[in-house]
Amino acid sequence: MNTLLNRPAASASFEVRRATRASRVAVLVLLVIALAVASAPWWAGRDALHDFVQLASYLVFAMMWNLLAGYGGMVSIGQQAFFGIGGYGMLILANYCGVSPFVAVPLAAVIATVVAVPVSLVAFRLEGGYFAIGTWVIAEVFRLTIANVSVLGGGSGTSLTALQDVPRALRESLTLWLALAIVAAAVGLLYVFLRSKAGLSLTAMRDNAVAASSQGVDVKRARLFVYLVSACGTALAGGLYFLGNLRISPDAAFSANWTAFGIFIVLIGGLGTLEGPILGALIFFVLNKFLSDYGTWYLIGLGALAILVTMFFPQGLWGFVSRRFGLQLFPVGRRVVFLDDETSARPATDDVTKALNTSSAAHRA
Amino acid sequence: MSALLETRGLTAFYGDFQALFGIDVTVAQGEVIALIGSNGAGKSTFLKSVAGLLRTRAEQIVYRGEPVGGAAAASIVGKGIALVPEGRRLFASLTVEENLLLGAYCKRPGRWNLQSIYALFPALQERRHHAATALSGGQQQMVAIGRALMSNPDLLMCDELSLGLAPVIVREIYAALPAIVADGMSAIVVEQDVQLARRVSSRFYCFQEGRVSLSGLSAQVSDEAITQAYFGVVT
Amino acid sequence: MNTLINIIVQGVLLGALYGLFAMGQSLVFGVMRLTNTAHGDFIVLLVFVLFALTGFAHLPLAVALILLLGIAFGAGYAVQYAILNRVSSRDPLPSLIVTFGLSIVIQNVLQQVFSADPRSVATGSFESQSITVAPGITLGYLPLVTLAATVVLAFAMQWLFGRTPLGRAFRATSDDREIVQLMGVSYRRTYALAMGIAFVLIAVAAALYSMRTAVSPTDGPALLLYAFEAVIIGGMGSFWGTFLGGMALGIAQQAGFYFDPGWGIWLGHIVFLAVLVIRPQGLLPKTA
Repeated sequence: MNTLLNRPAASASFEVRRATRASRVAVLVLLVIALAVASAPWWAGRDALHDFVQLASYLVFAMMWNLLAGYGGMVSIGQQAFFGIGGYGMLILANYCGVSPFVAVPLAAVIATVVAVPVSLVAFRLEGGYFAIGTWVIAEVFRLTIANVSVLGGGSGTSLTALQDVPRALRESLTLWLALAIVAAAVGLLYVFLRSKAGLSLTAMRDNAVAASSQGVDVKRARLFVYLVSACGTALAGGLYFLGNLRISPDAAFSANWTAFGIFIVLIGGLGTLEGPILGALIFFVLNKFLSDYGTWYLIGLGALAILVTMFFPQGLWGFVSRRFGLQLFPVGRRVVFLDDETSARPATDDVTKALNTSSAAHRA
Repeated sequence: MSALLETRGLTAFYGDFQALFGIDVTVAQGEVIALIGSNGAGKSTFLKSVAGLLRTRAEQIVYRGEPVGGAAAASIVGKGIALVPEGRRLFASLTVEENLLLGAYCKRPGRWNLQSIYALFPALQERRHHAATALSGGQQQMVAIGRALMSNPDLLMCDELSLGLAPVIVREIYAALPAIVADGMSAIVVEQDVQLARRVSSRFYCFQEGRVSLSGLSAQVSDEAITQAYFGVVT
Repeated sequence: MNTLINIIVQGVLLGALYGLFAMGQSLVFGVMRLTNTAHGDFIVLLVFVLFALTGFAHLPLAVALILLLGIAFGAGYAVQYAILNRVSSRDPLPSLIVTFGLSIVIQNVLQQVFSADPRSVATGSFESQSITVAPGITLGYLPLVTLAATVVLAFAMQWLFGRTPLGRAFRATSDDREIVQLMGVSYRRTYALAMGIAFVLIAVAAALYSMRTAVSPTDGPALLLYAFEAVIIGGMGSFWGTFLGGMALGIAQQAGFYFDPGWGIWLGHIVFLAVLVIRPQGLLPKTA
């Protein structure tokens, strides 16, 4: 405290920074990757295109799960409900209502968002761990309902027939671009949202709902909003996945494995950061590709990894690295930099700046 | 008289924040000492450190000649140190009697049991099967004291017994203190009310921003000296 | 009319099993607010331990059952102390992830060791014996034993929590685990003890379940949901509530099965959701 009072007035000027050097590099890298992916139909093989669509689905699912848990403070193991609604919604609109599947994907997401409203009324009766399991029950209700509807193929599922007449190359290209668009939209919108005042109030609410509420944050509405956004995004991921897969079944659409994947991705990437799910999805996808042949051993390994990482790296693996080396690729926080410290190229040494920087880093996580 | 409890250079941290900067306090057998000081001075931190709720270094707290700093909190009561925590902290799911019985969980021998507690605080006996948190503030404080006494401690530590209570209730509670320490129990009383603290204790320590700013005999120190030590006015 | 009574009777008998599944979860959530996603998988794990004892080790059933209780207590204590104590805090996410991980590990280890085929414990003819009390209403001996076990255990748990020093320590630890240390109660050991007891309850449930049905390594999640629903329908914080909740769930499922086998479980879920909307505190909420 004395340090602040003793500082000469002239050097008390500071500025609030958003971007870091690492983040500027990351944005460039991402743009390059996005361009490369967009041009993929001309240089990549079929498998690569299909892989990207799958990866995009995993990624968007994980980002939405991260939004709900890491920013909304609501841990759900039933988000697969909306994944399945997105998938089946797309299929019903495409097969039976004559809507183009590429348009049906976002339309199904709208349907899922509408469904999420009454679902939230039920689910929000529960808190914490019981909320989590309650959402699983709700997902099971959807699964069992669809599995009993024989028109949709019952338990064994059905195929997307609406694209039968479209040439394969065109279909795969369009699916890829839709996937890229969805990922870009999800990342972009989340980034803008979390940097905004609304995003700040969300973090405050997650950290301490009572305190946030006393500062004017409407906790109930904020939670509902996050839940609806997460449902919408998850449904987009579902519609996209089954568009790429061409075949759907209740067990695949409403499987708890989706949530398990989401959890693993967040574990690797860390909860409550924007870049975490992206890194996590990439690593997870690669692991999945090469190791899933080992079946049960691969799953045992994943499970053990989940346990160990949670016990020893509560911030996730990326979270650990990011804190250790001060890396932030998508900074949604704010850092205070005292300009004379900067010009002399010294890291902040006085207690005040360190405290301010630590608390804004804590805000980010 | 040999010291029952002695702290040597006691330091305590809440995360990175240092709350105590080398506290030297002694309590002899059978004496009542008071810790006074303003909010945030470190008095509660001191009691929590002795009770094992905050980690310290082993040699910084010596009880009956044995270094106990950093010992597991659950092992401290078995040695004979009991804390009446700040804000009562009664167990809401338990009745008055159940709270008291839990105090005897460690089964130390001595004269304190349900009957003697009820004799000390008759109001509790009528309400023994009520939920503990349904009682008035003063009665809850009695339950908290009783709960600590049930372990038959040799050193009783009381953290701000008067917190949130009306003056007449506070007097009633402190009126029971002589009966409690009658058979040679030692006590550390943390109190914001300086005059009250001086009346019930033989010696006192004044805390100020994590350090002892003044100590001495309660009956002999002057009001001005206490005021200066309390507020940290530099002379 | 008899059909209706039979639905209710069979529902009660089925519900007793669900109540038994749920007792362990009720205890664990009550003492340490732990969301154990692997609860159902622990039941399945102990079923397979029983298979190993009777199958590989060729022990007689009675001996195996007693050993199972001992193994269960030790396993529960160890799992809590070594792994779950690290993640038992107010934030539900770490315990959720860790138990999720345990769930996956258990299911796949069991599949590796025992294969995915469902199997049940042979009890001679006991599992198929029954008495017929009225036309269309038969009471199986095994379900009756299950009901008796659930009632006895509900009494025992209620007594343990309400009248013993350990029960007081459990309730106090759940209220304020920091201050309870001042009374000499180590919350880490208390949590481990609670999990050990919960595992013993799970062992009883596992034994009776495996005698009644063929069990496969992936059955865990379904059992978790039934246990959870029984706890919520019955009201949290009360063992008798959990018992009643199990009954209600069993009856709902039986009614569903009667109309169409595909809708049995579904109706159970719907009743659960309805209770959540209409009476979220459950049938017998704790009034303290």
